[in-house]
Amino acid sequence: MQDFIQHIINGISLGSIYALIALGYTMVYGILKMINFAHSDVYMVGAFAAYYVARFLGIENNPGFSTLITLLLFSMLSCAILGLAIERFAYRPLRKAPKLNILITAIGVSLFLEYGGQVVFGADPKVFPEVMKDFVLFNIADVELKSFDVTVLLVSLIAMLGLQFLIFKTKLGRAMRAVSANSSVASLLGVNPDRIITFTFIVGSALAGIGSVLVGMKYPKIDPLMGMMIGLKAFVAAVLGGIGNVGGAVLGALIMGLSEEMVVAYLSSTYRDALAFGILIVILIFKPAGLLGKYSVEKV
Amino acid sequence: MKRLILAALLTLPLLVGCTKKENEILIGEYDSLTGSDATFGLSTNKGVRLAFEEINAAGGVKGKKLGLITLDDQGKNEEAASAVTRLITQNKVVAILGGVASGRSKAAAPIAQSNSVPFVSPASTNPDVTKAGDYVFRVCFIDPFQGFVMAKFSSENLKHKKVAILRDVKNDYSVGLADVFSAEFKKRGGEIVADSSYQAGDIDFKAQLTQIRSKNPDGIYVPGYYTEVGLIAQQARQLGIKAPLMGGDGWDSDKLSEIGKEAINGNYYSNHYTVESSDPAVTEFIKKFKAKYNETPDALAALGYDAARILAAAIERSPDLSGKAIRDELAKTKDFGGVTGKITLNENRDAVKSAVIIQVDGKNRKYISTISP
Repeated sequence: MQDFIQHIINGISLGSIYALIALGYTMVYGILKMINFAHSDVYMVGAFAAYYVARFLGIENNPGFSTLITLLLFSMLSCAILGLAIERFAYRPLRKAPKLNILITAIGVSLFLEYGGQVVFGADPKVFPEVMKDFVLFNIADVELKSFDVTVLLVSLIAMLGLQFLIFKTKLGRAMRAVSANSSVASLLGVNPDRIITFTFIVGSALAGIGSVLVGMKYPKIDPLMGMMIGLKAFVAAVLGGIGNVGGAVLGALIMGLSEEMVVAYLSSTYRDALAFGILIVILIFKPAGLLGKYSVEKV
Repeated sequence: MKRLILAALLTLPLLVGCTKKENEILIGEYDSLTGSDATFGLSTNKGVRLAFEEINAAGGVKGKKLGLITLDDQGKNEEAASAVTRLITQNKVVAILGGVASGRSKAAAPIAQSNSVPFVSPASTNPDVTKAGDYVFRVCFIDPFQGFVMAKFSSENLKHKKVAILRDVKNDYSVGLADVFSAEFKKRGGEIVADSSYQAGDIDFKAQLTQIRSKNPDGIYVPGYYTEVGLIAQQARQLGIKAPLMGGDGWDSDKLSEIGKEAINGNYYSNHYTVESSDPAVTEFIKKFKAKYNETPDALAALGYDAARILAAAIERSPDLSGKAIRDELAKTKDFGGVTGKITLNENRDAVKSAVIIQVDGKNRKYISTISP
């Protein structure tokens, strides 16, 4: 029983990190109907931004709340700027081009960041600054709840609620939903789709920035290729939840984290990814649009 | 004018191609200078360069200077294979110093073999590497020996009865060590209570470790690379696992304690050499290495150094520079006084030598014991 609860905690903690990254994929898809493969590398750059800022400010060995906030802000800021730049210089010129061109450009940007990162940051792994001390907060049924897991959960929860508020309660959010539903009609009604798209990239990338600091805190090893696997899993989580749907991305990510954890715990660690992805395939057979996605008929 | 510049630009590579010096013996080297295990390649390369510099300063080999061409394999098998092909077909090297990772050596060595170019791996410990053919050598011991050493240490010195294994399932090296450890440990009356796996690049190991924790082992054998081992150690301590971790030479990097912080302290691994040795060959090497690079050499630097010197000695002894002649001399290497011990190459072209057990203590590596074959 003790182990089972521990597995649940591990799985949720892992899932909430996937969720932060999955949100970026799903938001961009919801608005542009494109898969931004560079998203996971924006996340990587966020981790390195936090690493260098911490070293620059001399707070890499100064764990505490203020360090966490500082790094989160800087990481979000650098990711937002990078997301903005990618959208402006790589994707916007192709707005009218066939979908496939944008997709391939996205892969190109992703590879550019990964291998450019190896040149700029160096290929060997770096050690992420100590953001906070890991200590036991409280015990449930002999299972220790650690500050890392709770922080990851709280910060992701706040970020997701903030996003929910932004999309459904603000004017900007309404504009985003309008562009997502039909961008040409939205522009007829006075919404500037380019502005909204740029904004979407900024928000999505900032979420990746949050994710990168949380991952760096929990797993203090960062390298230029760190986005590859986690990006793939977050992307699959977004598809599982119904790509384009914000709540779906969170749900998909939690299922992803938990199923990985449970496969290792009770089936086989060797086949972790195979079985975890197998579960996803089964779900997608029965719900082709994802758990919360709406299956829409292509209008001709 | 433009045409003239163009013509000049086009002919430039040809001229550069002609500058190959007649009084130079070219040796090719490939290694992971970038990628997730880049410190392995960078260390080895430093050791090799130091050896070449010394040999050249002392008059070179056969009155000629040794030239080194180093290519990066980015930590990928296919890049290693193409690097070796390039070294042989374009650069026409007389011999190749291979990389660290066993998987990459397995991809690269057969190419050297089919071109009859001698291939010396400094640190690929997987047994299959030298089975590629009679031109493939190594100056390190092989995995069965490392697995054997740790199993012996675990059951005799640490008195372990129940051990869990956590292996990197995508890595030939890790799987090899884990298999031999498992067999040897059972032979000594111990019990393997869990045999879990992970994949290089993973960052979360809590699922495996929680499962291992429920079996309550005396020790955990993690024959992986330092990047993951650092994180595994941290997460194991976070889950309250007190049992020591044990591993192989893949742990040997300064990054291990940077990533693992205090969680990695007190854990054991088997290695090729120790900086705490009082052997004059070792102290001399450390002094020279520090003078040149301003850092303490790790085992891979020492192996790179030994590999380069053994190869140079074989070339010196061989009557000509043909692959066959150098190969024959390499095979005769016996009791070579290297930094990593007395090296004899056996009939399988593997080195026979002892291993040391090291305990991690912050940046320091405490020497615990030497275990002979």
